[in-house]
Amino acid sequence: MEIQKRKEPSTLMTFLSPVMAIVLTLIFGSILFLALDKSPLQALHVLLIQPLSDAYNISEMLVKMGPLLLCAVGLSLCYRANLWNIGAEGQLLAGALGGSAMALALIEFDSPLALVATLVAGILSGMVWAAIPTFLRLRFNSNLILTTIMFNYIALYLLVWAVHGPLRDPDGFGFPESALFSDATTLPVLADFGRVHLGVLFAFLAAIGAWIVLSKTHLGFQIRVLGADEPAARYAGFNSRRISWFVMLVAGGLAGLAGVAEVAGPIGQLTPVVSPGYGYSAIIVAYLGRLHPMGAIIAAIFLAVLYMGGDLAQIEMGIPIAVVGMFQGTLLFFLLACDFLINHRITFTKSSFKG
Amino acid sequence: MSATNTTTDNTPRLALANITKQYPGCLANDHISLSLEPGEIHALLGENGAGKSTLVKTIYGIVAPDKGTIFWNGRPVEIRSPAHARDLGIGMVFQHFSLFETLTVKQNIELCLTPAQLHEIGDLAKRIRELSDHYQLNVDPERYVHSLSIGERQRVEIMRCLVQSVSLLILDEPTSVLTPQEVEGLFRIMRTLSAEGCSILFISHKLNEVTEVCHHATILRGGKVIDTCVPSEETPNSIAKMMVGDLAEQDAGYRKAQGTKPVLVSKGLSLSAKQPFGTSLKNINFELKAGEILGIAGVAGNGQDELMAAISGEDGRPLANVLFLDGTEIGRANAGKRRRLGLTYVPEERLGRGAVPEMSLTENMLLTNHKPFVKHGWVNWQQAKSYTQGLIERFRVKCHGDHSEARSLSGGNLQKFIVGREIEQEPKVLMCSHPTWGVDVGAALAIHQALLELRDQGAAILLISEDIDELFLLADRMGALCDGHLSPIVATESTSIEQIGEWMAGTFIDIEAANP
Repeated sequence: MEIQKRKEPSTLMTFLSPVMAIVLTLIFGSILFLALDKSPLQALHVLLIQPLSDAYNISEMLVKMGPLLLCAVGLSLCYRANLWNIGAEGQLLAGALGGSAMALALIEFDSPLALVATLVAGILSGMVWAAIPTFLRLRFNSNLILTTIMFNYIALYLLVWAVHGPLRDPDGFGFPESALFSDATTLPVLADFGRVHLGVLFAFLAAIGAWIVLSKTHLGFQIRVLGADEPAARYAGFNSRRISWFVMLVAGGLAGLAGVAEVAGPIGQLTPVVSPGYGYSAIIVAYLGRLHPMGAIIAAIFLAVLYMGGDLAQIEMGIPIAVVGMFQGTLLFFLLACDFLINHRITFTKSSFKG
Repeated sequence: MSATNTTTDNTPRLALANITKQYPGCLANDHISLSLEPGEIHALLGENGAGKSTLVKTIYGIVAPDKGTIFWNGRPVEIRSPAHARDLGIGMVFQHFSLFETLTVKQNIELCLTPAQLHEIGDLAKRIRELSDHYQLNVDPERYVHSLSIGERQRVEIMRCLVQSVSLLILDEPTSVLTPQEVEGLFRIMRTLSAEGCSILFISHKLNEVTEVCHHATILRGGKVIDTCVPSEETPNSIAKMMVGDLAEQDAGYRKAQGTKPVLVSKGLSLSAKQPFGTSLKNINFELKAGEILGIAGVAGNGQDELMAAISGEDGRPLANVLFLDGTEIGRANAGKRRRLGLTYVPEERLGRGAVPEMSLTENMLLTNHKPFVKHGWVNWQQAKSYTQGLIERFRVKCHGDHSEARSLSGGNLQKFIVGREIEQEPKVLMCSHPTWGVDVGAALAIHQALLELRDQGAAILLISEDIDELFLLADRMGALCDGHLSPIVATESTSIEQIGEWMAGTFIDIEAANP
């Protein structure tokens, strides 16, 4: 057996690798379920099939897909430009916090503009949260991975402080929650059988928009060049600062939109637990989707199914919810391993005459 | 050992019989046979991709051949590794040196010796001094490698082989990094070794060197032995003909041109080095005129990259009042702005700078030539595609089509593509770094003619090359860079290789300092 470098990366493998990673994850999961004395077939059915079994479940799945996709589209743009933004979670929380502050300030207003203002406040908060690490990176060449991770924690504790302090519902018996938002600042629901809201539509539009930018515009081309080959971008005279600002602000804005859409959508108020780690899972979505906005849609659906399935498995089979995190981790692990085959191939040879 | 080049017995030092090596998608060596007598200097010639590197790697034990036998002093051997090759007495000096800059010469040499060898040698420093005196290598065992010039480092590599008493020395393009004077020194060493019976396998692109120093030559093309000859009975031109057909003859005797008005002016450009091992530019003055090629000679690492980056704008640091493009001050403009003002550039690195490896040729065309194909931020891919197809045709780029990835092209074809892309933007000034480095003779001819045509259309060309012959062939005026200083600029017809060679070694610097 020999590992050889491919002359050209395999296009087939680029798309086959996520499929292989999913299959390997499922095999690994089955072994784990056996070890837990659960039927693997039943567990996989609950995890993967049941979330898609009826209209209500599908709508719940879409509700979880929305923030995943919004964050992943932004991250895909950043990663395409070689900017390692790990801060979607913080930008999402910042968006939730900023949007909540606006929604609570406008709680007396009964105008469609109140909703617009809330969403804009969320988007801007996410952008600000992305702008600070971007500035630090461009001005002081600080490590973007570290600063964005640190800003995730700052955003989380800022949010926790806000729900315990200034944004706490004065009539809420001291619970760390804000007041419920008014109807005017709540996202409209799209169908009568579930909680699918306008934010999910935004997510699809963002993915399509990002795809058009990447494939049809000169700016998108510059993003791809900067990510693939920085010396070439410098040689061609592209303004890498402008490109960095663009992708980071778009990513921050989309994550902020995801955050505000959560609090103004399914949750309806600000609570300490806005996100079960959507911003982190979105990293897996971006990679599983091959950093392509359209791929991100499929990957986001898969991870949303896994989130849903995790809840169902806990309820129906007593499988710990930690299984979801483990599945996500294993998936990323196998994905990175399978990606090795994009640039390498394994050949089986009879022992060559090398000694 | 015999003191002459002819042997007394009939056993060749090294004989290869039907060496064949198949790589995925390419037959690198196709039944190659050759033999080397003791004391013979044998040239291995061929264009890029002809299979020279694979063959020497086979001899040095890095590559295992699929078929064929290697005979060493008459006995068939299977060379398993470079260490095994060194054990047999085969030494190799690579194009890129593998020395530790922070160690001394002696420590570097010590690193590649086995304890047994060290024991046998005893006092290594003394042995180095003896060999150094004997072969006039001028290698001081106690000096640190970072303080050595490229030529000296090469001699340390040779010393490393000599300490292990080699009987076959492989030199992979050893002269490409040397000044003409250093080349002479290397040849002297090679002749001494040869006279003492050490065989030398010499790989070079420079045919005049081969005719000067080699006893025999084997010419490879497409992995096969095409021809053999005795170089002293041939001329560089006749050997080039064997290598590529009769292209070489066309690539000679171009008309020199007289420039008109200055379009790129540098007035006292000084710039500190960005990287710790970079070179600072010191008071660079020149005027590049429309309709001329200004050639700048120099050994690599004497400020060429820094100069080009400062002019192209890639350096990124603002410069006040030193650089002027067609009368406009460009010292503060970024690289994109300078391009819009009519400056284009063929950089040294084709892949990873001049072209994005994993992008298609259409995308790589758009990399620098976006103006005609972008309206209000939207790319017209259809138009870009059809233009790229035309570009590929006009510059005879061998590829599968406009969708081919840049990295799938051979060096010469990619270079033709990049040169074509930059030329067709009708620049006022074209900067060109090592345009034909590592490019086969056919592509080099095409690139030379394209550059001359652009000059005749009135563009100004700044040409940096390590290949002195190429500079004399193309440049209308010339100068040399040494340690960040630029020599005076003179008309090519009124200078000589010797003078430029001295300038490359820095003789002009003192004169300049004396008359500021």
